[in-house]
Amino acid sequence: MDFTADKTLDARGLSCPMPSVKTALALEAMEEGKVLLVLTDDPVSRKDLPVWAQSTGNTLLGVEEEGATIKIFLKKG
Amino acid sequence: MQTQTQKKPPVTIVLFSGELDKAMAAFVIATAAASMGMTVNIFFTFWGLNVIKKKGGLIKGQNWMQKMLNVVNYGHARKLALSKLNMMGMGPVMLKEMMSQKRVPSLDEFIKTAKTLGVRFYPCEMSMTVMGLKKEDFIDECDEIIGAVSYLSVAKDSNINLFI
Repeated sequence: MDFTADKTLDARGLSCPMPSVKTALALEAMEEGKVLLVLTDDPVSRKDLPVWAQSTGNTLLGVEEEGATIKIFLKKG
Repeated sequence: MQTQTQKKPPVTIVLFSGELDKAMAAFVIATAAASMGMTVNIFFTFWGLNVIKKKGGLIKGQNWMQKMLNVVNYGHARKLALSKLNMMGMGPVMLKEMMSQKRVPSLDEFIKTAKTLGVRFYPCEMSMTVMGLKKEDFIDECDEIIGAVSYLSVAKDSNINLFI
């Protein structure tokens, strides 16, 4: 998987529910179809952010793991 | 915000308790729901009013009973007890330290985040009257002061109703 992110949100160190909150705020400022890369090291977010994307009508492009960092690619809309 | 225009059924929380742990639970759910684009309303009633009180002003109220109650029940977002293991105030100090180590926002920060996400704060009119509290005793984040009927008119159309 290799997506080009239009914006990166570093949410590492933050715990539930802040990664979803920050993701919501970051996506709000972006245009439809743009890709947001969320970096997190919160194991809950690995499950929660895909659920968040689904319930808010955004698209989960993919999840990658790089050591402790979980990279979540989301497309707005 | 974009995610909120999708008309999700609202989440309505009654925050009756004035303890830090219960208030945290309410705000974690409120901010998570708001991030998912749901409309979130929190009704602060009875002891829960402490969560949205301004700091300072020990003596409030019109008569001696109200004044005594407000002195004994003094509290605001940074000064709340725990519902368990309060240990004369040592519990909250330790919990706050443990939360900040894990970068969990403080209640103060949760209140600001909730407001940024459009969560609405409604103080309960009846509890305020009983305790002799006025609108200026509460933080500026509060929306209008409402009664039980207004609460129910919102709650009946909410999919998630919580009483904490």
